[in-house]
Amino acid sequence: MSGQQSTTSTSIGSRLLDWSLRGYVVLVFVFIFAPILFSVVFSFNSARFPTIPLESFTLHWYQTIWNDPDVWTAVRNSLIVSVCTALIATLLGFCTAYTDYRYNFRFKSAYLALVLLPPTIPLIIMALAMLAWFSKIGASGQLWSIIIAHSVLTAPFAMAIIRLRLNQMDRDLESAAWNLGASEWRTMREVIVPFCKPAIVSALFLTAAVSFDEFAISWFVSGLNKTVPVLILEIVQGNIDPQVNAIGTFVFLVSMTLVIVAQIFFTFRAGKSFS
Amino acid sequence: MNQPLVTFDGVVKRFGDFTAVQQLDLSINAGEFIAIMGPSGCGKTTTLRMLAGLDQPTEGKIHIDGQLMNNVSPHQRDTPLVWQSLALFPFLNARENVEFGLKMRNQDAATRRKKAMDWLERLGVGEFAERNVETLSGGQRQRVALARSLVTEPRLLLLDEPLSALDAHLVIRMQSVLTRLQRELGITFVYVTHSQSEAFAMADRVVIMSNGEIAQIGQPRDIYREPANQFVAEFVGRNNIISGTVTGVSDSNLIIQSELGEFTVSDHNKVTAEGKDVTFVIAADLVEVSRSPMNKANSVECTLISEEFVGSVVTLFLESSSGTELKVQLQERELSTLDHTAGGAFYLGWDSDSAHLLPA
Repeated sequence: MSGQQSTTSTSIGSRLLDWSLRGYVVLVFVFIFAPILFSVVFSFNSARFPTIPLESFTLHWYQTIWNDPDVWTAVRNSLIVSVCTALIATLLGFCTAYTDYRYNFRFKSAYLALVLLPPTIPLIIMALAMLAWFSKIGASGQLWSIIIAHSVLTAPFAMAIIRLRLNQMDRDLESAAWNLGASEWRTMREVIVPFCKPAIVSALFLTAAVSFDEFAISWFVSGLNKTVPVLILEIVQGNIDPQVNAIGTFVFLVSMTLVIVAQIFFTFRAGKSFS
Repeated sequence: MNQPLVTFDGVVKRFGDFTAVQQLDLSINAGEFIAIMGPSGCGKTTTLRMLAGLDQPTEGKIHIDGQLMNNVSPHQRDTPLVWQSLALFPFLNARENVEFGLKMRNQDAATRRKKAMDWLERLGVGEFAERNVETLSGGQRQRVALARSLVTEPRLLLLDEPLSALDAHLVIRMQSVLTRLQRELGITFVYVTHSQSEAFAMADRVVIMSNGEIAQIGQPRDIYREPANQFVAEFVGRNNIISGTVTGVSDSNLIIQSELGEFTVSDHNKVTAEGKDVTFVIAADLVEVSRSPMNKANSVECTLISEEFVGSVVTLFLESSSGTELKVQLQERELSTLDHTAGGAFYLGWDSDSAHLLPA
């Protein structure tokens, strides 16, 4: 009897733990997604202030941003910046990752530490440093100054992703290509890049997403060339306006799409073509 | 006299302080099937990689077909290698893998496709041409890798332990595939392995390496029956190695005193003098075994320790009264006459001609 009792009590205890852990997970998701969800809901609400109860459904705020030339310019700027950043950062990341894979040299660990450093620097410090540096060399306030700054920031992410993939590569694969008559450049094109393709695509999307969302550096460096996050801050500073919710919803959709595509390419494709 | 296809002249390869290959002199004839065998770290793979140009010799010269190869980069050579890991390109299907070498030689798509298909068919994997190589079995992948190396019709094919990842029954089948291909194509195979059975079964000549040096070169039979030194005798296995001192020389026979007893060994070269320390080898399959004392030139009384059963052949491990382990190899059907499961003494014996004296 006593044995039965103790099993009952432990099962109650473990069930309690079970439920509290589930509750914890739910809470985490609530805290992450509730604000975004609210923002989405209020972007379709006709009231000027975010209050409950909701008023009627409207697309008015979306129409407002659609008709706002500033928004269009900002979206265009953001797209140019994120696409260029993605290309440059992924190229840089690939080269660094390949250097790490292929060569051994003195101070390699110092080299790797330096390469991976940028994301660990507080953004505000990096942004200020970039601004000071760019104005010194007369390059501030340009779209391409944001591109340079973002490439520095995001290249380590690309490098980390591509490096993971290269580490899965059979060491003999490259030599096998040489052995079959491929020069080093041809091997790069015919073997290394195809092998890394899932990681490269993933790095492109992820760096684009980071660049598209990035605010601090853009705000300091952009000058008159506002990107979307910079524009959002300006709207919020001016007045409380639900069109921010509409823009926010749009930005959220864009970045989520980029990140999810990156994730799909990295986990699914990489997992499938390598065992 | 034909010029050899490949020559190594005093080739040395060092990696930092480590000498992988020291003072290698070797020539390989066109159309020969040569196996390079040795324990891991003996320099056999490095030797092969130097032929492919993946490692450069530190000293010495390597010629292929009369041409000095020392500074020719891998992709400019025609020395395809079959890798231990196979190193098939996972992002290409079987046919595209085979086409790779032809593509690098800028052959057009139609020719490439035809040649690749011919080779896949020839090796019996034509039906898997469009399959992802990751979905093929070990044996099928092996054949794709072989097709990929042969499709460019090289004069020299390098193989680095290509069968080590296969199941035992597939190894035997692939061995016959390889020997048949080599004979039909008439090209030179350089085959690196640590497996004695693979080397002996396939090769015309076997090179045994130890610590970066050649321990012996010869036909499989010679290496098996007449090992050149103790390393080879031990490496080849299934040999009883006995050391002792010469106490008498009569005609072409030596009387050798060892801790196992006194033995008579033929010495056809008649170079060994009395009082010298010598080592001789008696192959396990040349030893006879009986349950009663034997009337042989050499005999030892032993007790049975264990037996190893490999199908038709059985190896008995025995111990003499002085604690030395001896091996006897015999046909499984002979075993029944021995009543070996009962305890008691076993008598081993051999002719003085059967023993092989190791050169001092």
